Amino acid sequence: MLDSLLSLGGLVLLRDSVEWEGRSLLKALVKKSALCGEQVHILGCEVSEEEFREGFDSDINNRLVYHDFFRDPLNWSKTEEALPGGPLGALRAICKRTDPGPVTIALDSLSWLLLHLPCTTLCQALHAVSHQDSCPGDSSPVGKVSVLGLLHEELHGPGPVGALSSLAQTEVTLGGRKGQASAHILCRRPRQRPTDQTQWFSILPDFSLDLQEGPSVESQPCSDPHIPPVDPTTHLTFNLHLSKKEREARDSLILPFQFSSEKQQALLRPRPGQATSHIFYEPDAYDDLDQEDPDDDLDI
Amino acid sequence: MFVELNNLLNTNPDRAEQGKLTLLCDAKTDGSFLVHHFLSFYLKANCKVCFVALFQSFSHYNIVGQKLGVNLTVARERGQLVFLEGLKSAVDVFFQTQEEPHPLQFLREANAGNLKPLFEFVREALKPVDGGEARWTYPVLLVDDLSVLLSLGVGAVAVLDFIHYCRATVCWELKGNMVILVHDSGDVEDEENDILLNGVSHQSHLILRAEGLATGFCRDVHGQLRILWRRPSQPTAQRDQSLTYQYKIQDKSVSFFAKGMSPAVL
Repeated sequence: MLDSLLSLGGLVLLRDSVEWEGRSLLKALVKKSALCGEQVHILGCEVSEEEFREGFDSDINNRLVYHDFFRDPLNWSKTEEALPGGPLGALRAICKRTDPGPVTIALDSLSWLLLHLPCTTLCQALHAVSHQDSCPGDSSPVGKVSVLGLLHEELHGPGPVGALSSLAQTEVTLGGRKGQASAHILCRRPRQRPTDQTQWFSILPDFSLDLQEGPSVESQPCSDPHIPPVDPTTHLTFNLHLSKKEREARDSLILPFQFSSEKQQALLRPRPGQATSHIFYEPDAYDDLDQEDPDDDLDI
Repeated sequence: MFVELNNLLNTNPDRAEQGKLTLLCDAKTDGSFLVHHFLSFYLKANCKVCFVALFQSFSHYNIVGQKLGVNLTVARERGQLVFLEGLKSAVDVFFQTQEEPHPLQFLREANAGNLKPLFEFVREALKPVDGGEARWTYPVLLVDDLSVLLSLGVGAVAVLDFIHYCRATVCWELKGNMVILVHDSGDVEDEENDILLNGVSHQSHLILRAEGLATGFCRDVHGQLRILWRRPSQPTAQRDQSLTYQYKIQDKSVSFFAKGMSPAVL
């Protein structure tokens, strides 16, 4: 499902963290769009154009239009090179294009935009962009717009993240275990129940996606197959082993409180040479001697 | 410069990578030994170093530097080291005449806006000198430390913008390196520091995190160092890029060992 993320259109949120970074997945999805023949626009705020284009071959690079907000985003150098309107102006300009055809816009990153713009403005702009193809009353047919936004989860509170999440058609949360990356994909299709799925993957050096099965079950952290189990009875100063004769003698031993038939007969049969014992009883004055046997009604 | 740390990071002054941002972070312990390491490392690599020192005085760094084999006074006189001593120049903001904005100009403003004057100072210090032959290999920016700016009233986003501009100029344009120290207070209430730390973490290529031991102070093991490599230029198939070591700081060196393998324990 990871490779068909862009087919739905709308806003795709890539949530990454310090430990599991999402830019390589963003670049892999951008490469996929470019190979499908779509027009791809990159709003680059966090890395330089050279760094973003690195790893792509020239035919993909020719399809990418890079809007550079890395070098001087706040116009500190006071030159005329700064793009007017800032990142949101560039975003709106992309959507006012006249040629029909699917377009993919990659926001690198949405976190930068969220830190520098009010959350409401950004959400309104994203809503306007990603729902443009369903806008009625427009005479020119507009192609499908997909927006890929890279969001660094730890930088924002639950409010802005929740607002962006409710705008998104698809949310991909990056994680992983033991060196293997995973993507948890939550997909909201209109008039259908949201579906979620976890996909293990890796990104190859040419930024193509390699979908994988998860890490194998044997490689659990508790048992390591390379270390043989240690036998604790070796190297002791005392003997824990039994010889064959000792083992037989042990097995044939009858436990003292085990009631077997031999024991029962031995108890019932009086032993020869032993006189029966008598009990001499001198009753006291307080004793109540009842001649009736209280156990008479018992049926033994 | 600690030779054992160079071995762990697989680098040495002659063949260090360029265009990288290294984040030093400490939690429940003092990570300044890493700052001294990188200062002496880059001075020995014959780099032009701009040191924005907001935490300690010049003589403190000089004394420690001499133990590690570098002389900061000589480096400053030669022009290899540009030193902004925050503790001293903060006072100059008030007593100096205002020709051009002072790097720490934000201290005068009621509403601390942005750190553009500080960025201009850094850019001026590290820009390549025209007309002369290249005396230094590449420029390096060292900041100790960024959390001081937060406590002086600058917002976290303004500090992140300053780091962004420094990265664009030092790492991308001049192909130099940056080393930044940020304290991790571990305090759940300090949201600004968390935003700053996470924001710089996402921009960095290498994160060295010095942590105190969870069980408390120990005489033979001073702490634990976690090394995390990020943002390789080519994505690698195996993402196991994190290592953890424990360390003990001695007078002139730091010894590193695997967890639980301290010589005092074995």
